[in-house]
Amino acid sequence: MEPLIIDAKGMHYRRLNQMIRDKVAEGYRHFILENVNGQRYIGAGIMEEVFIEIHGVAGNDLGVFMKRGTIIVYDNAQDGVGNTMEGTKIVVHGMAGDVCGYGMRGGKLHILRDIGYRTGIHMKTYKDMVPVIIIGGKAGDFFGEYMAGGILILLNLWDDDDRPVVGNFLATGMHGGTIYIRGEVDPYLFGKEVGVVEVTEEDKLLLRKHISEYCEDFKDHGLDVDEIMSESFTKLIPVSTRPYGKIYAY
Amino acid sequence: MLYKSLSSFPVFELERDYDKCIVCGCCVQQCTYDATYYLPYAKKVITDEHKCVGCKRCEAMCPTGAIKVRAVSNEFKHNAYWDARTIRDIYKQADQGGVILTGGGNDRRFRVYWDHLLIDACQVTNPSIDPLREPMELRTFLGRKPDALKIEYDENGEPDLKTELYPNLVAEVPVIFAPMSYGALNLNMHKAMAAAADAMGTYWNTGEGSLHRDLYKYGHCTIVQVASGRFGVSAEYLKVAAAVEIKIGQGAKPGIGGHLPGEKVDEEISKTRMIPVGSDALSPAPHHDIYSIEDLRQLIYAIKEATNYEKPVSVKIAAVHNVAAIASGIARAGADIIVLDGFRGGTGASPAIVRDYVGIPVEIAIAVVDQRLRDEGIRNWVSIIAAGGIRNSADVIKAIALGADGVYIGTAALLAVGCTLCHKCYTGKCAWGITTNDPYIANRLNPEIAAERLINLLKGWAHEMKEMLGLMGINAIESLKGNRLRLRAVGLTKEEMDILGVLPAGEGL
Repeated sequence: MEPLIIDAKGMHYRRLNQMIRDKVAEGYRHFILENVNGQRYIGAGIMEEVFIEIHGVAGNDLGVFMKRGTIIVYDNAQDGVGNTMEGTKIVVHGMAGDVCGYGMRGGKLHILRDIGYRTGIHMKTYKDMVPVIIIGGKAGDFFGEYMAGGILILLNLWDDDDRPVVGNFLATGMHGGTIYIRGEVDPYLFGKEVGVVEVTEEDKLLLRKHISEYCEDFKDHGLDVDEIMSESFTKLIPVSTRPYGKIYAY
Repeated sequence: MLYKSLSSFPVFELERDYDKCIVCGCCVQQCTYDATYYLPYAKKVITDEHKCVGCKRCEAMCPTGAIKVRAVSNEFKHNAYWDARTIRDIYKQADQGGVILTGGGNDRRFRVYWDHLLIDACQVTNPSIDPLREPMELRTFLGRKPDALKIEYDENGEPDLKTELYPNLVAEVPVIFAPMSYGALNLNMHKAMAAAADAMGTYWNTGEGSLHRDLYKYGHCTIVQVASGRFGVSAEYLKVAAAVEIKIGQGAKPGIGGHLPGEKVDEEISKTRMIPVGSDALSPAPHHDIYSIEDLRQLIYAIKEATNYEKPVSVKIAAVHNVAAIASGIARAGADIIVLDGFRGGTGASPAIVRDYVGIPVEIAIAVVDQRLRDEGIRNWVSIIAAGGIRNSADVIKAIALGADGVYIGTAALLAVGCTLCHKCYTGKCAWGITTNDPYIANRLNPEIAAERLINLLKGWAHEMKEMLGLMGINAIESLKGNRLRLRAVGLTKEEMDILGVLPAGEGL
């Protein structure tokens, strides 16, 4: 079926999303949304294999509860990208806001530039479902807080300001999953629940696999996987799967 | 200094009548706390009272009635200030450090407002109704109601409703099984609640541990929860349910999150919650995407979008001091149902200090929220479900007269299937097979029998509620809602009566 082009100019999110849902029910799978300007919940709860291209700034909770499919945003995205998402891939050709990937259980977020606070909170793994978030720029505070599974990769490719690569309270309460940060990270930023471990050959293979796909998604930006991989990575994992197991008296 | 643990003073004593004991070993097999054992050289069954939690399983199962479990009679020297529990807790913490855990609901001596409220009845001047002979309606609609109804009549004079109605839950009895997660409870109890809710035309709530695949067939009578841990929250989970509830707080532990310890996350719980076997299931205290009413609105509408605006969205909060203003915010955020969970509400595990001293009574919360929403002219935007310590049908009637639309029952439902309120839910060893996921012990709870008992309980309450409506001369529960003139207070202060919006006994209309 031909892609369906929707001009979202001045359209309330409720109408836009209703239109998408109705058209998905009719059998459409490829959507091109023009003039998107902060409309929320695009893709919410869609379980079909859809392909949504968004021109303009995607609003909060992009792809919330989504099960499969792909979303590409040719601009920035606001807060809550991939909230409680199950299996979609979202590519953002710009920045993304706060609380992205909250409770995400599968799928991928590829963000070209910076991301806001509280990325990947309570992300989790289940069997073969491993959520992956890759950020090209820097991240704010509480990166990977309460993280229970999945992979966070922070690349710091642009380094165009004097902020550190990641904010305070990195991975506080983390009890599962892995965080890779390209370059060195000042240990004072770490939460007490994480430790730095050596990046193994296996890690490098995994990083190469994910970063290659990331570079492919942003091929217009001249990203080169070898160049990215030439710098060392800091790998963080939780020191315990039960960070709060010992605070009780029985 | 005494270099022996002071925590070892037993709380319960076990009186065993050795004339009756046939040394069958039943009590040994039934005790999940290893408190009872067989002493071969004496050919006797004896009890280590230090380990007894007072759950009375052995007493109930003993075939010859040889066992009596009772609280120790000679505790410490009587002290009206330093009670035995306080003393023990200090010993325990001095031994181990750490936070004292408990299960169940607040058992402290705070005023029980239900017990200070009496229900009105008809005499002479207005007739009461006999529910055995006349129709009596308990059916309750939960969800947003329109501000006004527009009705047009066609040429034949037939009415046609022009107003678009909001999705509502329809409960044949205004009593719903409270959110208690799979993890805190076992699957047998979830099966029992689902089947009982289905049979009675009411609902049950999954709690935050998601919905087991085997129970998807009960979706039409299931309220699913979305809590801060987002366990097992998927598009399918939201779509299969009758309603979706955002859990913000819990009456037993307002303002704090929950930990399901990794050792309880077995294969089936792992599948349902969609987390690896053996990993801690941490529910953070706040939803990290909700820091304001505006953020709450965002999640409410995310759920509405994902479910095509076909289901009511509920928001559950603990009853706290500022509950009226918060409830107003929740109504304005677009929720269809607000659940107020009072400080008597139960828990699978909570720090005792939080369970015992945080929150406010649900009676007060219902009254102030109902009043606030009425004052603001938005009471019809939401239904109110009262939760947290509803003990009998009179509590339900009083809750509804104070302004609730319906109630949740948790502790009462557990009692119905054998719970004896020993408050050891957090150990995962429940000898009654309710709050344990040990497959051997969980088998003690037969889901069919448990469902039958829950159905019996609801039937009994429904009959009683009809009787009470009838004696008030009311024939539909809707007419009782917020009808506080049908209540009178005994032994309350002026301020308390003002807050509850009730008159003192003796004052007529």
